[in-house]
Order: sequence, then structure tokens, then C-alpha cells
Amino acid sequence: MWLLLPAAIVFTAFFLLPLGNLFLIGGSGARGWGAYTAVLTDAQYLRSLVSTVALAAATTAATLFISGITGVFLTRARFRGRALLAALLTLPLAFPGVVIGFMVIMLAGRQGLIPDISEWLIGERIVFAYSMAGLFLGYLYFSIPRTILTVMAAAEKLDLRLEEAARSLGAGPLRVVSDVIVPALKPALLSAGAICFATAMGAFGTAFTLATRINVLPMVIYTEFTLQANVATAAALSFVLGALTWAVLATVRTAAGTTVAAAG
Amino acid sequence: MSVARRSIWFWPLLAFTIVVCAFLIVPVGMSMLAGVTRNYFIGIDSGLTLEWVIKVWTDYRHTILLSIQIALACLVCTLLLGVPAAYALARANNAATRVIEELLVMPVAIPGLATALALIVTFGNWGGFRRSWLIILVGHVLFTLPFMVRSVLAVLASIDLKSLEEGARSLGASFTQRFFGIVLPNCRAGIVAGSLMVVTLSIGEFNMTLLLHTPLTPTLPVGLADAYASLRLEVGSAYTLIFFVIIIPLLIALQWASQPVNLARSALERKPT
Repeated sequence: MWLLLPAAIVFTAFFLLPLGNLFLIGGSGARGWGAYTAVLTDAQYLRSLVSTVALAAATTAATLFISGITGVFLTRARFRGRALLAALLTLPLAFPGVVIGFMVIMLAGRQGLIPDISEWLIGERIVFAYSMAGLFLGYLYFSIPRTILTVMAAAEKLDLRLEEAARSLGAGPLRVVSDVIVPALKPALLSAGAICFATAMGAFGTAFTLATRINVLPMVIYTEFTLQANVATAAALSFVLGALTWAVLATVRTAAGTTVAAAG
Repeated sequence: MSVARRSIWFWPLLAFTIVVCAFLIVPVGMSMLAGVTRNYFIGIDSGLTLEWVIKVWTDYRHTILLSIQIALACLVCTLLLGVPAAYALARANNAATRVIEELLVMPVAIPGLATALALIVTFGNWGGFRRSWLIILVGHVLFTLPFMVRSVLAVLASIDLKSLEEGARSLGASFTQRFFGIVLPNCRAGIVAGSLMVVTLSIGEFNMTLLLHTPLTPTLPVGLADAYASLRLEVGSAYTLIFFVIIIPLLIALQWASQPVNLARSALERKPT
């Protein structure tokens, strides 16, 4: 066990103690300990909390739907180019948020592909990169690769005989999906969904690149800290955001009975 | 899946998958192309040029070199801290080690902003440390350490470490001999996958780095954000192109190295030694 010591010392000195310190600083500002409830009592913070949670929930639902379908399809179907398709779908796995923001600008920004297509189709340039919709697109981009990876790993372990049995009992393909495949994938979907939600809550790089009109909690924290020099509020808000994210992950992990953060 | 069923569902599903794939890959191609286009507004007809790439290399070279420096230092730290920790966790494997594992993952689970703020409010007065690249390194080590530990732990969990070590001990091998002769060679696949992950994540880390850096220590992603905000699209694209040239080979290597089959196979191949 002494081999754990170096990691434990570094971790305690640079993470646990600073985090405790952050908690104390959060209560030391003009609002006192009320800073911790400000996220609920202050209309501006509450609004950004609500839009952050809504965005994270929408991202999670859409990601699970898209990655669930493609992940199971790629595990089951046999066709030429399948491995290449799977490799391409999981390639952006570790792209940073800033770069993903730029990918959204490439797709839906002022000189983007989607405005080009919409101009050609309906004669009007639809630019939405710099809004909540752009951020949603960015979070999808971020979440799809890692979720597909989790779904594929879980789908490979599915018992094909259960599906055969359901089919031989007369279940149609949609019944098989809703009654056999989805329940069997539930632990994987739950844990992938929790990671997806947690990442969307705290992600910051994409919002930073798209900037301007987006009011999610990480952006509020950044603004409080850098522009307003309001360290105590920034500390309290980020502590609340961290605790909230951690609580979601912990709850789902208990429900799914697996180690959620494994796929990071 | 029977042939009859395939004819109904196969093509719509394939089309859907290809659309999703296009969503991910097309913008990558577009930005790479934009980085070597003379004028993106006019399009490819304006001609191809390396002008933008050269401009980025001249103006932002220091951010690229600093990111590589931090990533390599981060790798050394996570190897020194993470591999022994993973070994200790694998050997003990009890309730206490599971709590430690949980704690180690926290910097990944909570937003990077919170970790960065915690470091700043705590070490902000340590001028030399706060101003240097070392505070960025600390953040990156916290964030990447769980990936190294888990990657190595996954391999160690799949082999019968105890029997191997007891065999060696009965033949008189010391702890050092066992650690370097048995443990390290056996978890090589996990170390390789973990290392690639650590370097990839460190080079791309932005959430913490934006707060931890100073005007003298901008990293590659910080420079990217700056270029996106203030420079023309072609320059941002050229910068992204350089980033892709660094990161995509790492990601491809990672895909290869972290395939469970490869992990299991290399663990098996080495088992008899």
C-alpha cells in the first residue's frame, strides 16, 4: 500500500485541500454563506442554471438516441467499410471543447456549410452557431463518439438467443428493440448518459469559442471571476456546479451498479 | 439478423449512421481545407497556400511547444504516480481501495473550472508557482491521472498477479525484481494505452488551462481560442490544422491500443513469462 503514497500526497495537497479551501472562500464574500444559495435565489444565476440543466438534458437524450442506434447497428451489421465507419465515428473522442466550437462554426457559422445549403434550398442563410442551438450541436459532437464506444462495447456482450426467442414468439423488430435490446443495454446507457450529462454541465471550451449570447453556468462563473473579479461568487458557483455534477454521477452509478466515470 | 430483415432496416440505418459520421468528419475536413485556402470566402478557386500555416507557426509556435512540454512532463508524472498506485490498488482490492479509486476520478467528474479555481484560490499567492507553467502541469496531472490508473488497473485485473508474484517470490525474487520483471511487463498494454490517453488529453486540455495560464504561459488550446476570437477564419483553420496533425495520429494510435482485444491479447501473450 505504500506505493499509493506519492499519488495520495499529490492528490491531497493539490486537489482535496484546495477544494476545501474553495468551499471556504465561497462563503467569504459579500453574500457570506448565502453565496451557496444565490444560484437559486438570484434570478440571473437561476436562469443560467435552468438553461444549463435543460441543455445538458437535451444533449443527453439526443446523444443516447443517436449513439444507441448507430452503436447497435455497427455491432450487428456486417458490411464492407464497417470498421472504417466505426473508427471515424469514434475519432473525435478527445477533441477539446474549443476545437469543437470551431467545428460548429465550420458547420453553422457565418461562412458555414449549413447556411450555404439553406441559401441554396430556401434562399436564406440560416446561421445558428453562436446561439444555444450551436452549443447543443457542439455538445452532441462532443458526446456522440464516447457514447458510441460505450454502446458498442455493451452491445457486443448481448445475448443473441434472447432476441431469437423474442422473435420466434412473434415479436416485431420494434418490440425486440424496446423489450429486449434497450433493457439489456440499460446499464451502459445509464452510465454513458450520466457522463454525457455531467460533461455538458461543466463543459466550457465550446461555449467560450461560440461566446456572445450564450448564458450557461460555466460562462457565468468565468465572467464573475475574470471580468467582475468576484472570486467568492465564482468559487461558490463552481463548487455548487461541481457538487451537482458529482451528485448526478453518484446517483446514476448507484442505480446502474457500475463505475460511471470509467469512460471519462 | 436474417436476410429478409436486413433488406428492410439495413439501408435506413446505414444512411443514418453515415449522416452521423458526416456530421463528425465533414467539419474536420472543411477546417483543414480552409487552413490552406488563400481566401475561404471566395473558396478553393482563390488557390491553395501555406501562408496561414507559416503565419501560425511564426506567431504561435511557443504555445505548441509549451503544450508538448506540459504533455510530456504530465506523462512522466502520471507514470511515476499512477503505475505504482494502480499496482497497489490491484493488489489490495478492498473497500478502502474502491474509495480511493472514487476519489481519484473526482477531477474528471467535476468541471475543470472548479478544479482550476480551487488551485488559484489556494496557490494564487505563491507567485513563482502561480506564474510558471507548473501550476498548469498540476492541473493536467490531476485530470489525467485517473486515466492512467484505470488503464493499468484494467490490465492488472485481467491477470492473476498474485500467483505470478508468489511464484517469483518462491524462487527468491526481491520486490524490486518482481515489480520490474513481472508487474511492469505484464501491464505494458495498459501503460501504452494510458500514456496515449494522458498525452492526448493534456495537449487538448482547455477548461482548467484557460484559468491557470498567464500571458506568459499560453498553451495550444488557449492560443487556438485566441485565434478563433480575434483572427481571420483561415488563420484559425491553419492553427486547427496544426493541432489535428499532432492529435489525430495520437487518437488513431489510441484506438488501436485501447481495443480490448489488443489489451487482452498482449496480456495473454505475456502471461507465461
